[in-house]
Amino acid sequence: MVPLNWYLALGAVLFIIGMIGFLTRRNMFIMLLCIELMLNAVNITFVTMSHYLNDIRGQIFSVFVMTVAAAEACVGLAIIVTLFRNKATIQSDEIKEMGG
Amino acid sequence: MKEAILIPFMPLLAFLINIIFGRFLFRHKAHVIAIAGVAISFILSVFVFIQVAQGKTLNYDLYQWITSGGFTVSVGFLIDPLTAIMLIVVTSVSLLVHIYSSGYMHGDPGYYRFFSYLSLFTFSMLMLVTGNNLLQLYFGWEAVGLCSYFLIGFWYQKQSAADAGKKAFIVNRFGDFGFAIGVFMVFLSIGSIQYADIFANVGGLQGKTVHLLGFDVDLITLIALLLFCGAVGKSAQLPLHVWLPDAMEGPTPVSALIHAATMVTAGVFMVARFNPLFSLSPTAMVVVALVGATTSLFAATIALVQNDIKRIIAYSTCSQLGYMFLACGVGAYGAGIFHLYTHAFFKALLFLGAGSVMHAMSGELDIQKMGGLRKHMPVTFWTFFIASLSIAGVPGLAGFFSKDEILWLAYNGGIVGKIVWVMGTIVAGLTAFYSFRIIFLTFFGTFRGTHEQEHHLHESPGSMTVPLAVLAFGAVAAGWVGIPQALGGSNWIAHFFEPVFEHPHVHGSHAEEYMVMAVSVFVAASGIIVSWVFYVLKPEIPRQLGEKFKEVYTTLWNKYYVDELYDATIVRPTKWLASTILVGFTDAKMIEGIVNGVPSLIDKMGRSIRKVQSGYLQHYAMVLVLGLFALISFVFIVTPK
Amino acid sequence: MVPQVIFWYFAVTMPILAIFVVRLKNPIHSVLCMLFFSFHTAGLFLCLNAEFLAAVELILYAGAVLVLFVFVVMMMNVKDELAGELTLGEWPMAAALGLATLLMLFFGISGFVLGPSGPYTIEAIRAETNTRALGKLLFTEYIFPFEVASFILLIAIVGAMVLAKKRRDD
Repeated sequence: MVPLNWYLALGAVLFIIGMIGFLTRRNMFIMLLCIELMLNAVNITFVTMSHYLNDIRGQIFSVFVMTVAAAEACVGLAIIVTLFRNKATIQSDEIKEMGG
Repeated sequence: MKEAILIPFMPLLAFLINIIFGRFLFRHKAHVIAIAGVAISFILSVFVFIQVAQGKTLNYDLYQWITSGGFTVSVGFLIDPLTAIMLIVVTSVSLLVHIYSSGYMHGDPGYYRFFSYLSLFTFSMLMLVTGNNLLQLYFGWEAVGLCSYFLIGFWYQKQSAADAGKKAFIVNRFGDFGFAIGVFMVFLSIGSIQYADIFANVGGLQGKTVHLLGFDVDLITLIALLLFCGAVGKSAQLPLHVWLPDAMEGPTPVSALIHAATMVTAGVFMVARFNPLFSLSPTAMVVVALVGATTSLFAATIALVQNDIKRIIAYSTCSQLGYMFLACGVGAYGAGIFHLYTHAFFKALLFLGAGSVMHAMSGELDIQKMGGLRKHMPVTFWTFFIASLSIAGVPGLAGFFSKDEILWLAYNGGIVGKIVWVMGTIVAGLTAFYSFRIIFLTFFGTFRGTHEQEHHLHESPGSMTVPLAVLAFGAVAAGWVGIPQALGGSNWIAHFFEPVFEHPHVHGSHAEEYMVMAVSVFVAASGIIVSWVFYVLKPEIPRQLGEKFKEVYTTLWNKYYVDELYDATIVRPTKWLASTILVGFTDAKMIEGIVNGVPSLIDKMGRSIRKVQSGYLQHYAMVLVLGLFALISFVFIVTPK
Repeated sequence: MVPQVIFWYFAVTMPILAIFVVRLKNPIHSVLCMLFFSFHTAGLFLCLNAEFLAAVELILYAGAVLVLFVFVVMMMNVKDELAGELTLGEWPMAAALGLATLLMLFFGISGFVLGPSGPYTIEAIRAETNTRALGKLLFTEYIFPFEVASFILLIAIVGAMVLAKKRRDD
């Protein structure tokens, strides 16, 4: 039996990698991919807990997370397309209209 | 007797009507309301005087003004012989000045404003004299100072007039500061500021001392001297006399009313009213007498060489007020008030006569440029002449009786009394000299002005000459209430004042009284004769004397350089203090520093904090992650294992 | 023994793939790595007895989302953008934050205590098949979140269409 903590550690590591990637990369696409990465890590954690607690509710939550991830990826891409149309760039540090 | 309360409020009503509606309704008829107000007050004053002469008095509190802990003050009225005579003086002179002004100020753009201020002044002075507590006196005191400021600076477009108004008010303030502290001390020692309470309890304060700057000062002397400070300021005695000559910038009726008959006499009135207090302090009495006598001499010497007709009369007023203080200082309060009463008439007459002369000379003030006017303005000449005889102390006229009473009682007043008697007699001679100098230079001789002025010479209209005539009658007859017993009279006025003043003990005999009288008459006569010689017979003598004693002449002409002294020691340092320290440092650096500094600090903070909103998505995300980290740490650190 | 080996394989490759996703320059390469990552996630789900989710993961991520990514990346034609900095200037700060959070998470995981056990043991799920067990719970107790999720999908469709539509200048 694989100890619970290892699965949780794996989920944490993947989440952090995704987070650092989101905060670091300039390319918008990669930022979205990093978000997907984070969501996947969360899914892994939920399913782990569901398995170890003998409760299927973790998997149900994971279903919802996936739904939302899909919807969000779709809308995010649409936004990037619009942004590219208006600003001709997909680098996040060239978009600072809302700055003070 | 209660109708006496209406006396101050009639002019107040006239003032309110004139100041509110004057602009629209009464532009050129404002004098009607004002004269009506003062006339009613005058009639009531005569009525009150008759009742007081029969022995009635009134001490009536109209309504309670302030109640604060142990301190209560009411608006109250005290009518006794002193008040009654002041009421007569104030209302009669005010009424005559009102009538005179309707002619003198005719056509002036501020006509209604002038009459409203005159009414306000009359109200203030009447409140001052009828009050029965120190606060009402102080109210009247300040209010007359305020009206004086308004009226001196009446032609406010003229820089010199505005400056003179300010000077009067500010110099008065110096005196009023001492006066206020005196009032405070009275309250602290006696616990009340009603006259009745003060005079009842003042005996108990004898011998008490106040520890001041390392010295033990007698309490009563301190209070008396502080109160006297106010009198010095208000009545233009040394050293606070400097405002009175400059106050001549105001219209002549103002000078007649305020700076001859009423406001400047408030100081004398106050000292006389507080005679129980002053009598208990020999030191204060000596100070009062000496200040009075010194001022008298000082002002008389300056008046000898001035050329501005109004200024000579102003210095004359200063000098005569010195006489009144001299009288109070030797204990002859009754004589001082008697002189106040007669002086009001002949001094107002002198001023109004001067106004008439100026009117004829198209505003010329310099007597060296006048001459031979008696052919053109007989009424003015005769009334002026009568006034000058009165002030010089020629027997039979009012001034003689009051001045003589003072000199006689001064002679009887011990060592100090004798000293001030000598000074007073010298002043009498000088007074006669300079008063007749005006007459000889203005009304006699040949005309020394310009041709244009000569064409316009005319007698003044009736509205101006009638008051002159009335005042001339007063200048002659007013003194007859005080004919001393030595000359066969009953000295009615001294008996009239008995409820208020103790009559000073007279040790001398009738023979001594005749001697004193003879000395003063001789001195007056010689003053007139010398003046006649100098200015009619041999006009080159004054010029030669002036050349020979050039330094003396210059000093006198420059008024002993007192104004320059004050300018250098007080005015300039104050201005320097204001501009360098208060404006330069406190205002510009401290207050501006805060007022500008706080916004600029906020601006700088805002500018730096604004940089948090960079517009970069990832910066915001980093803050989010920071929060997440903080939250996780918080949970794991705080929760117990 | 065998489960642990399998787990170790996953535990090694998945972070490496994740790092590749994050650090590759070409977005297409990143998407490809992400695809591999999804496969591995599906494998992990299978290890954890979540067959339905493994299938859904493959269909959804590998089949739909990443394909969508590829389409859009192709459409953008961002060759010229590839020149320039890979990362933002503030990457040390981000790395430090990330590592700090990771440490905190490890700290928390090490002290983790499992709660009470539920009814859905592996045997119970196997008796009923995973899908049926999920469906039973989803359509009775969690029907409302289910409807909301479908609503979210609707909004996403409409939103994407509105945003990405080319404006016709009439």
